Amino acid sequence: MIFTIAAKELRSLFASPLAWLVLTAVQIILGYGFLKRLDDFLQIQSQLARLGSPPGVTELVAAPIFATAAAILLFAVPLLAMRLIAEERRNQTLTLLISAPISMTEIVIGKFVGLTAFLMIVVLQVLAMPLLLAVNTTLDYGLLGALTLALLLLAAGFAAVGLYASSLTAQPVAAALIAFGLLLAMLLAGDTAGDSLHARGWSVPAAFLQVFAPLRNFEPLGRGVIDSHAIACSLLLTAGFLVLTVRRLDGQRLRG
Amino acid sequence: MKRRRAIARPDRAPPLIAVCFENAFIMKHILGIFDAHHKTTGLLATATVYSPLMTPDDPDLTVRARGLTRRYNTHLAVDSLDLDLKRGEILGLLGPNGAGKTTTMQMLTGNIAPSSGEILIRGHDLLESPTRAKSCIGYLPETPPLYRELNVGEYLHFAARLHRVGKAERPGAIERTMQRCGLKTVARKLIGTLSKGYQQRVGIAQAIVHEPDVVILDEPTVGLDPNQILEIRALIRELGREHSVILSTHIMQEVEAVCDRVQIMHHGKVVFSNTVDDLRAGHNSRAISLRLHRPPSLEILRSISGVAAVEDRGSGSYLLRFEPGSDPTAMLVSRAGTENWGLHQLVPAHSSLEEIFAQLTGSENKS
Repeated sequence: MIFTIAAKELRSLFASPLAWLVLTAVQIILGYGFLKRLDDFLQIQSQLARLGSPPGVTELVAAPIFATAAAILLFAVPLLAMRLIAEERRNQTLTLLISAPISMTEIVIGKFVGLTAFLMIVVLQVLAMPLLLAVNTTLDYGLLGALTLALLLLAAGFAAVGLYASSLTAQPVAAALIAFGLLLAMLLAGDTAGDSLHARGWSVPAAFLQVFAPLRNFEPLGRGVIDSHAIACSLLLTAGFLVLTVRRLDGQRLRG
Repeated sequence: MKRRRAIARPDRAPPLIAVCFENAFIMKHILGIFDAHHKTTGLLATATVYSPLMTPDDPDLTVRARGLTRRYNTHLAVDSLDLDLKRGEILGLLGPNGAGKTTTMQMLTGNIAPSSGEILIRGHDLLESPTRAKSCIGYLPETPPLYRELNVGEYLHFAARLHRVGKAERPGAIERTMQRCGLKTVARKLIGTLSKGYQQRVGIAQAIVHEPDVVILDEPTVGLDPNQILEIRALIRELGREHSVILSTHIMQEVEAVCDRVQIMHHGKVVFSNTVDDLRAGHNSRAISLRLHRPPSLEILRSISGVAAVEDRGSGSYLLRFEPGSDPTAMLVSRAGTENWGLHQLVPAHSSLEEIFAQLTGSENKS
């Protein structure tokens, strides 16, 4: 059932121009960034060689590309997620799903999986560029794997937030703005608040607060460090917003 | 019907003896049901809303709702509504706008939760085990839930999958549904490009693709042209042979044309419930309205045998109510001739249902 809904979401995504536009935009922006970085790397390569343990091409070219991709997702995910529930509500098609013999959790997870599957295409797009370099050089596959995981976790978290925002309203554009606002608030306030808590020595609340600091959770993996706390925080953020979405939809059934 | 059976039948033919046993069992069952059926219609004829004879375990009973109430803040949209539906029955929910028809249907399909009350769909509690109960329902809401970006085939495929139609049976079920709803010619068209009539048909197709026991249709003929309305009504009558159908409408003729039973709702309550056959029986000999140039006194009109009551509507217009089972029209006409009343109009009064509807919900409509 989850897969049925996910497949339908993917189909609907690709039926709209938005998905293709996002994929194109990502490819153009990242392609340019990638070539620029690669160019810079080739120019400083001889100087790097003189260092004791020089940073490799994966660190200097691939990692920044993934960071740029994370920034693009901040804008792209709210746009992709906005129609998931809001549009169904506006077109009154949500009735079809709710009347079907499936639970609200299945509906929400199905939609989440559908969007995340699309975002995986974006991640693969990003991953494909550094992988091209493997033809002529050796890559740090460990770091590349960590980067991919980091981007996937980030994308999943963003998708859950976007889905929740979409469940709040019947206007897709409003949903996109809410999602963008939530994400931006988390990126800014989550980090600052965490820092100030740390500065006061309140490390336990800070550790909890890290759930709401997606970039802070992205960062260790982005350096190739498998930080279980960061991974757990990312997963918690995703799960938390999915639960909120289910509760929101169930609440609407009860209170109407 | 035949095709449906073919699908329902297991691949392996059961041994002959088993078949005989099964048939004997089924026969007994059917006879039992028949019995119950007679008892219940007997009660319904006296306008009893529900009968205590129908128990939740009655295999013939597809929908049973008790004390269904829905409150929006202080507004009571549906007030302790009871509803029973049997297999092969078409129930018409009639009522003015805002009477609570849609809310009732949304509750029966699990789209909104009732504030109180219980709903059993084929014995499954909709609130306790929603998945099992919902798998027996097909629902067409007021606005058909259509994805404009999908084509008809894709959409029905999705609907069938959502309703857990097995992979092997899916193509057959979709094919059959398209045939039934007259959608074969538009199977590959995008839903967004279809006309309103076809979209409505796709909506109905979505509700029946999984062969549910209960089909719930919210104003299925709204916005259609007269030919489409006739087609949809024929389809609903056909559905009513195998499934139970609940149909909401505010068109009286629709109820008389397709329904077996009617419940009129007003201010969230069921104010009337009866079978359409009974209404029809009452209809032919119920009342007549006539206009006379030189009317006699009311007493003379009243004295005609078979006339139960006379209502003076002013300026020579009268409404004559007949005693049940009698029809004094012929007598009336001959006396009008011989006594020179100047009879210039004689028409059967409104259909009885219209009259009942106006009586029960009239105050609302006028204000």
